[in-house]
Amino acid sequence: MAQSQTQPASAPILEIRGLTQQFGGLRAVSDFNVELHPGEMVGLIGPNGAGKTTIFNLTSGFYQPSEGEILVLGENTAGKKPHQVTSMGVARTFQNIRLWNEMSVLDNIRLAQHYQLGYGFFHAVFRSKHYKQREREVETKARELLEVFGLHDYAEELPKNLPYGTQRKLEIARALSSQPLLLLLDEPAAGLNSADAKELIRLIRWIHGHFNVTIWMIEHHMDVMMELCTRIKVIDFGETIAEGTPDEVRNHPAVIAAYLGDENI
Amino acid sequence: MDFILQNVLNALQWGSFYALIALGYTLVYGVLRLINFAHGDVFMVGAYISYFLAGFLLAPAIGLSPALTFVVIVPLTMALTSLVGVTLERVAYRPLRRKGAHRLYVVITALMCGLILEYSNLAVLGASRLKFPELIEKQIWNLGGITVTNLKVLVIVAAILVFIFLQWVVTRTRIGMAMRGISYDKFAIPLMGIPIDTIIVFTFVLGSGFAGLAGLLFAMSYPVLEPFMGMLIGWKAFIAAVVGGIGDIKGAFVGGFLLGFIEVGVVSVFPSTYRDLFAFTILLLILWMKPTGLFGMPQSTKI
Amino acid sequence: MTKYSLNILMVVSVILLLGMAHFRLIDNYIQMVAMTIGINIMMSTSLNLVNGNMGEFTCGHAAFMCVGAYISSVLSVFCFGSKFGDPLLPAASVLIVFPIILLIGGFVAALSSLLVSVPSFKTRDDYLAIISIAVNYMIISAIENMDFIGGSRGFQGMKDTVWAMIDIFDGPWMMFWVVSFMFMTVWVIRRFINSTYGKGVNAICQDEVAAEIMSVNTNKIKIINFMIAAGLAGCAGGLYAHIIGYVNPQSFNILKSTEAMVMVYLGGMGSLSGAIISAVIFTMLLEVLRSQAIIDGLLSPITLVFPDWEPSAGVIKWVMIPLLLVIVMQFRPEGIMGNRELSDVFPRLKKFYRFK
Repeated sequence: MAQSQTQPASAPILEIRGLTQQFGGLRAVSDFNVELHPGEMVGLIGPNGAGKTTIFNLTSGFYQPSEGEILVLGENTAGKKPHQVTSMGVARTFQNIRLWNEMSVLDNIRLAQHYQLGYGFFHAVFRSKHYKQREREVETKARELLEVFGLHDYAEELPKNLPYGTQRKLEIARALSSQPLLLLLDEPAAGLNSADAKELIRLIRWIHGHFNVTIWMIEHHMDVMMELCTRIKVIDFGETIAEGTPDEVRNHPAVIAAYLGDENI
Repeated sequence: MDFILQNVLNALQWGSFYALIALGYTLVYGVLRLINFAHGDVFMVGAYISYFLAGFLLAPAIGLSPALTFVVIVPLTMALTSLVGVTLERVAYRPLRRKGAHRLYVVITALMCGLILEYSNLAVLGASRLKFPELIEKQIWNLGGITVTNLKVLVIVAAILVFIFLQWVVTRTRIGMAMRGISYDKFAIPLMGIPIDTIIVFTFVLGSGFAGLAGLLFAMSYPVLEPFMGMLIGWKAFIAAVVGGIGDIKGAFVGGFLLGFIEVGVVSVFPSTYRDLFAFTILLLILWMKPTGLFGMPQSTKI
Repeated sequence: MTKYSLNILMVVSVILLLGMAHFRLIDNYIQMVAMTIGINIMMSTSLNLVNGNMGEFTCGHAAFMCVGAYISSVLSVFCFGSKFGDPLLPAASVLIVFPIILLIGGFVAALSSLLVSVPSFKTRDDYLAIISIAVNYMIISAIENMDFIGGSRGFQGMKDTVWAMIDIFDGPWMMFWVVSFMFMTVWVIRRFINSTYGKGVNAICQDEVAAEIMSVNTNKIKIINFMIAAGLAGCAGGLYAHIIGYVNPQSFNILKSTEAMVMVYLGGMGSLSGAIISAVIFTMLLEVLRSQAIIDGLLSPITLVFPDWEPSAGVIKWVMIPLLLVIVMQFRPEGIMGNRELSDVFPRLKKFYRFK
């Protein structure tokens, strides 16, 4: 059998080992482990304050872990700033929409390619050939993305003037503009009514297929979670309390106990 | 040894002024999240108010003795300076607060009000410096090898008393606790039945009043008044408040005294022209290492 | 051909201006005002990059003007002046060397901006304000302690360089340089801020966390933005120094920084055309207020009541300018242009110009 030089197809995109995060006296995350393989769609759920967004913040580079390591495509993210982690192939959306409201929708999308612009101050000022070419390419890519998301009509609009559901869509589109291999979605269905949530399920499924991107999702809307994810991890007080397929998790006693009284189930 | 003790004494006295002014900044910031850039000039106004009051009371028309004048003008200066501070709040800051204006606009307004105070003074009173009359006969004592004047002691004692008083106010009185509460959560306080405006006015009364006291004591210690006397002291007191941890009364005092020590220390070793340079540099270094100040609380943004 | 109307208009007015100056059709005073407008435009547009586009609150912009002024003055005197011994360079080279000297002054000023930009990584607005004020004071204080360049007494000798230029051709050289550098400033800023790269600055302003996550290297962009702003202010400082022929550290204190701030907030944060318009208005307002007659007129109701009072125009000016900004903050805090450009307010203007 010839030794293949390429990575085996199932090499994990994201590996988190023994992740622990301490904020002063508070242990927000405790010995968290996960492996995400290319093409997976995995969920992360837990009651409010369980530490889910903290894990996302750690993965995207906003905090440095107190203990443990995070590997993206085998490369450790320790010491890297968020924009560097993004250039390694990780993109994320936020619980609260963080679009740039005073810039056009097109600009919002274009800026996500900032690390790939490949030109600097002097090229920009002297409008070199290189600059013009890159700007053309960036704009083309951005417009294509808007087209594919059905947002092209809004290209010159300001995000704050768009309906909430559209803004959510735009945020996801923007995250995809940086051409990630791994997409972290932090409560994408937050604030959506059930019609919009159904639309979102369709959208995410389509994104998963069309962009061939691995998705890791935090969500409270259980129907969205159960529909989309093949695997779900449950945490509470920073600790993993259950893991498995949606059905396994739904019936897990620890999960039910943690959510007892929670209206979302 | 004497040299050191002498300088310690001087530093305590010099730092007292910074401390008294710094706490005005910190009180207002704690309650409003506003850097009241005009505060140093309120100090200047306090000094001038005390000057005119003293002149008025000492004049033959009233003819009070210097010692009595001093006793009378302490509360009067503080009251009138408080009035200035409160007027500033009412006229310039409150309308913006009502409109929910961005904090930046209020800060700019504060900066501009400071300039207006300085230049109005210059325009009205002219550039000539005014000499503050001597109210307390200077008594010099020689303890060991150190020279102590009664004025220096007065200043230091005043600062300490003010600190104790303020600690009492914010921990034992209802309004003081409301002041502390506002700095944590602006919206909960009115829900508790305490009107925000009252608290804010009270904060300005305290801060400006003590700035007035500082102005009076400063005028007595360094009897030459000029319109820009508040500017540099104000900036430095503000930085001292930040270094101590803005929003925290302890921090203002620690910061103020720390600055006093730094400046007196620098001047005792280097030529005095380096004083400001060193003071600012050291303060910046401290801020660099501890961005929220020595006693400040780290503020994290929720991502 | 209407497409280039504004371009042509600008070129024509510049030629007209220089021509009138050259043939003494406008007197020295008007020339001075025109040059001051140019320098103020440079200061306000450069500060606008930091305080407007990036939304930071710095109050010490004059520090960079000071650095640029001193560096270029000292170099200028070394090269063409007689203060430090014989001039280093032949007088004939002045036309090429002078702009280089200005640019070097700007460059050093840009480096000095690191004192403010690096702390800006970790600090919020209020803290950055203090740091910028402190840096302003520190730079002035440092220069006041440098006796070899005059210390607090100031530095002079730059006029020699200007004379060297006049020896070559007797024309309004400083006016020419001010206009050139002013256009360069606006050109650089516009191209930078309109590129996708430069839009990173706006992104940082509107949501820094999102910018960082969307792959913008926020620290690097902050440094670059500060450097551009400081560098341009440094060039303005160099020009200012050579026009007056004398520099003094106190000319660049908090008052000068405040002037720049007034212009930025008056014009509207983030608006390039706003910064230009307000610089023009502000300069002219300063000139108007300089006139004792006007001040006396404005204050006549008060002097009626207090006849002994003789308000001096130079002082009252500094009561009215802050008052103006306070009023702006109360009633139109977003400034003249808000955060829009002239072409957003009057879209039909777009037909008349073509700036790439």
